[in-house]
Amino acid sequence: MHSLSFDVAHMLAGFLVLLSFMMLYQDRLGALINALAAQAVVLSLSVAWQAIIQEAPHLFITAGLAIGFKAVVIPMALRRIIVKLGIDREIETVGGTGLTMLAGIGLVALSLQVVLPVTGGSDPVSREDIALALSVVLLGLLMMVTRRNAVSQVIGFMSLENGIVLAATGARGMPLVVEISVAFSILIAFIVVGIFLFRIRERFDTVDVQALDRFRGERR
Amino acid sequence: MIGDLLLQGVQMMVVLALAPLLTGFVRKVKAHLLRRQGPPLVQPYRDLWRLLNKEAIVADSASWLFRVAPYVVFAATWVAASLVPTYATGLIFSWSGDLIAITALLGLGRFAQTLAGLDVGTSFGGIGTSRELMIASMAEPAMIMIAFSVALVAGSTQLSNIAATMLTYQVGLRVSLALALIALVIVALAENARIPVDNPATHLELTMVHEAMVLEYSGRHLAMIDLAAMVKLLLYASLLGCLFVPLGLAPEGSGIGAHVLGLAAYAVKLAGAGAMLGAFEVSIAKMRVFRVPNFLGAALMLGFLATLLLFVSRSL
Amino acid sequence: MMALGLVVYGVLALLAVALVGAFAARQRDAGTVVYSLCLAISGAIAIAALGSLAGPGAEAAFPIGLPGLGSHLRVDPLAACFLVIVDLGAAAASLYAIGYGAHEHEPQRVLPFYPLFLAGMNLVVVADDAYTFLFAWELMSLASWALVMSHHREAGNARAGYIYLVMASFGTLALLMAFGVLAGGSGFGFAAMRAAHPGAVSGAVVLGLALVGAGSKAGLAPLHVWLPLAHPAAPSHVSALMSGVMTKVAIYGFIRIVFDLLGPTVWWWSMPVLLVGGLTAALGVLHALMERDLKRLLAYSTIENIGIIFLALGLALAFRANGLPAGAALALTAGLFHAFNHMLFKSVLFFGAGAVLTATGERDIEKLGGLIHRMPISSGAFLVAAMAIAALPPLNGFASEWLAFQAIFVSPALPQWGLKVLVPAVGTLLALAAALVAACFVRAFGILYLGRPRTKVAETAVETDRFSLLAMLVLCGLCVLAGLLPGVVIDALAPSVQALAGARMPAQIGTAWLTIVPVVDARSSYNGLMIGLFLVIVAWGSAVLVHRVAGRATRRSRPWDCGYPGLGPLAQYSAASLSQPLRRVLGAVVFRSREVVDMPEPGTLRAASIAKSIIDPVWVGVFAPLGIAVAYVAGKVNHLQFLTIRRYLGIVFLLLVALLLMVGVGG
Repeated sequence: MHSLSFDVAHMLAGFLVLLSFMMLYQDRLGALINALAAQAVVLSLSVAWQAIIQEAPHLFITAGLAIGFKAVVIPMALRRIIVKLGIDREIETVGGTGLTMLAGIGLVALSLQVVLPVTGGSDPVSREDIALALSVVLLGLLMMVTRRNAVSQVIGFMSLENGIVLAATGARGMPLVVEISVAFSILIAFIVVGIFLFRIRERFDTVDVQALDRFRGERR
Repeated sequence: MIGDLLLQGVQMMVVLALAPLLTGFVRKVKAHLLRRQGPPLVQPYRDLWRLLNKEAIVADSASWLFRVAPYVVFAATWVAASLVPTYATGLIFSWSGDLIAITALLGLGRFAQTLAGLDVGTSFGGIGTSRELMIASMAEPAMIMIAFSVALVAGSTQLSNIAATMLTYQVGLRVSLALALIALVIVALAENARIPVDNPATHLELTMVHEAMVLEYSGRHLAMIDLAAMVKLLLYASLLGCLFVPLGLAPEGSGIGAHVLGLAAYAVKLAGAGAMLGAFEVSIAKMRVFRVPNFLGAALMLGFLATLLLFVSRSL
Repeated sequence: MMALGLVVYGVLALLAVALVGAFAARQRDAGTVVYSLCLAISGAIAIAALGSLAGPGAEAAFPIGLPGLGSHLRVDPLAACFLVIVDLGAAAASLYAIGYGAHEHEPQRVLPFYPLFLAGMNLVVVADDAYTFLFAWELMSLASWALVMSHHREAGNARAGYIYLVMASFGTLALLMAFGVLAGGSGFGFAAMRAAHPGAVSGAVVLGLALVGAGSKAGLAPLHVWLPLAHPAAPSHVSALMSGVMTKVAIYGFIRIVFDLLGPTVWWWSMPVLLVGGLTAALGVLHALMERDLKRLLAYSTIENIGIIFLALGLALAFRANGLPAGAALALTAGLFHAFNHMLFKSVLFFGAGAVLTATGERDIEKLGGLIHRMPISSGAFLVAAMAIAALPPLNGFASEWLAFQAIFVSPALPQWGLKVLVPAVGTLLALAAALVAACFVRAFGILYLGRPRTKVAETAVETDRFSLLAMLVLCGLCVLAGLLPGVVIDALAPSVQALAGARMPAQIGTAWLTIVPVVDARSSYNGLMIGLFLVIVAWGSAVLVHRVAGRATRRSRPWDCGYPGLGPLAQYSAASLSQPLRRVLGAVVFRSREVVDMPEPGTLRAASIAKSIIDPVWVGVFAPLGIAVAYVAGKVNHLQFLTIRRYLGIVFLLLVALLLMVGVGG
């Protein structure tokens, strides 16, 4: 019943979810970036495995993009940013790791609950890949919601995008053009956000996004 | 029947005999990694022997519980360890207790030990007990969730059956098992009072947990408690081995050859576990006490996630 | 047949004893006489009920009660089961009270009501129509209320009694409505209700009402708030009865209504039961961990155990609805077994608390300590019961929790997605609760009995009387027996499980070495006897060996004091400091616990202080708003008192027309 291809695909998808949880748990920016890079590596492995079992060589390009941009370029850039901003040793105060993790588990349960019943008839590999991918997306969103530091919000966004790529490769017949365009839009978003980070910092002397709220007069 | 009994007896004796050696080995690895000579491998045996032959000093305010507890701790730990397949599956007594019973037996040991910590009525016992209770109340549920996830894969909570199932390699790679493995490693570190949760080598009052609890013990009582701690470390190493690296485990009813092979594989596994533990301990710092719940909470969550995945989709 | 007859005569005899208690309470040996009679009666019923556990059952009808209905009594296996639980607990409490009751200052407030309370609980279990059931239920509630109020001059007890009365009335109202829906057109006899099956919607209404009605009596969150106030307020033997026995009667009510009368189950009915059970278990034990009043701690731990039992019942409902009778039998057995176990060990714990209370007059564990030296036997009994409740092998608490875990372990077979997600979550809560209970009872036993005495009263305490000790030791012995031979209990429960779940667990007594096996094909088993023997042999053997090989030289000395000699007993860890890490970790989330440390500058003479605060989420979140809402509505309705006659008539007239309309349109 369990072919090796199925098992390996699941293992990798499961690791993506696990790394998302690690990111939720980490409160040091440096370790967070490492986890993001690790997630990108696992993602590219997963995509490469899909390329092999689907016999779709164009997915290797996606895998290459993932490992190039997300595992090397973006983490390096992020690390430079936090060093420049002087927050590389800062510990972010996260409101209750336990609660966040609990919420994360709830989200995983939710996505399994949503995806698995409705995709009953389809191929088990893509079916459960999509369920796990949705979990990664939701966990990324959760991270963006719960963090106050702009850098970790960016990381949450990146991890969310990893989930999208996983879903896209799991579903067969995704054209390469779409993937490349997604990858590049993410890169551009990253550059824009990077610039914004420095702007925020220049103006408010912090990257805590609560400062923005204060500026808008929403909090006192 | 006689053969089965013999097998059970031999495994129990192997556990008891090897436990101090494993502790000594971990110390040796740590010392080597720190460029020290380190104590000889047999030092734990010598320590135990020396402690046994010293007179036991008991505090004035101690009750009978203080003197009984070391034997209870040792008995609970050793009985639990005797239910874990070490180098061969098919233990004859394994039906008398499953993975949940093993967890509960370790809980019994901890119950006795924490009570003994409170018995003398000093602050040290109290501080150790208090922290141990906090750690245990996160680690124990995590352990039960791990038991759930492993048992759901193997279709039984009985360790011999689980090991036999894992040995057939029909299980393959499972996300849930990976999650359970990580959770079990975290639980094992916490339960054995290893870095980063506790430091077995320190006697600095404010940071220690296990050592504070047993501070009042001496002589033969301390020897029993130390031996129990060593057996517990071996128990977790064997558990990790039989659940996740069942390689070489002699199946039920196999011949002498398979058993010798199993013993060799077991020795390799223990050495591997000890080396990894030593390397891990020298490369990481101890956590603040109030970081520990987060660490163990992660294990609990992982165990829960693994169980959830298994519940929702039997194929994961 | 014999059991039913004995119950009838027993209840009559108990009423007579109540009269004796009322008129002769001030006589010198009234307490001894009353409690001995209660012991004899309940002991006899318990033995007869044991005999009819497997029996065919018996019915009887009496022409008293509502005209045209009469009162019907019936003993079936389920009733026999709970008769054993009720009367065994009652017999132990009576035995205990022969000694303990002698310390009662106002026996006239206890003696008349105690037999009434027992009679009420017995009647609830054998009632076979709604009227008798509710009558007996109210008798039980009111008698126990009177017992709660027996020390009404102590601070807080009057409030406890008031809240108990409100909640009890509320619960009875819910049960009344549940029976109303069940009766429908068929009548108030249980036989008629059993024959008529309500639809899914009215069935769900009945389930909800039963959950509220029986749950409020049993102590399900969020209806548990009266329990930690009322149970401790009563004299200790009554506390033991209320916690150990009356909550079981409430569980009996729930099982009778939902499993027996309601007919076929719909799967989603199990979800609220599971959820409430899991949350109750976790919340109860967390409260118990924060508590310093010994009897309130035990009451909170009762709430936790009730949560575990309801969790098992919820699982049984889920299995039964999905046509998985083996799973249902397993879960139901776990629930019933745990109910029995909880009666045993909770009674011992309350007896121990009573013994401490008599010896020291103190319920606050922070002011005690070191009692193991002064009260060696009762502390030993308390220790055994604490180990049993902490689910440690080889005692009985572990056997029943093990069955509950095994039930969770077979539940992936449930097809519904909601249950697939909910059951592991509830399983985590159960595992968390099981671990926290151990912490809670280490704290309770350790602070109470171990260490050095913190006050004068603790230093001079004396062991309690021999009747109390006998009661504790008998129940402890049963704890050990049920833990070593769980198969006997499981087989004894099998007939009632068979009737309710449609299957039974595999017969246990025939299995090799008396191992218990939950489901044949699960390949899991547990053997309490073997584990117990192993533990004893290894512990004993190692002690003997060590003494033989290494000698037994022992020296007494002062404890290590870090070079600061003369640290008094107050420097020990206290109950609050022992649970401080858990309070910070878990309490911060659940109770919003806060600590304020006031540390004066060096050189200042002001004393340093630490203040901690915890907020009960249920009071703040549920009952306080409810109180405000009730006050608001009452204020609005107040205007109705000052209307003219014409308006009153108008209201009556409009109501009449509305009712007629309903009948006309609906009929």
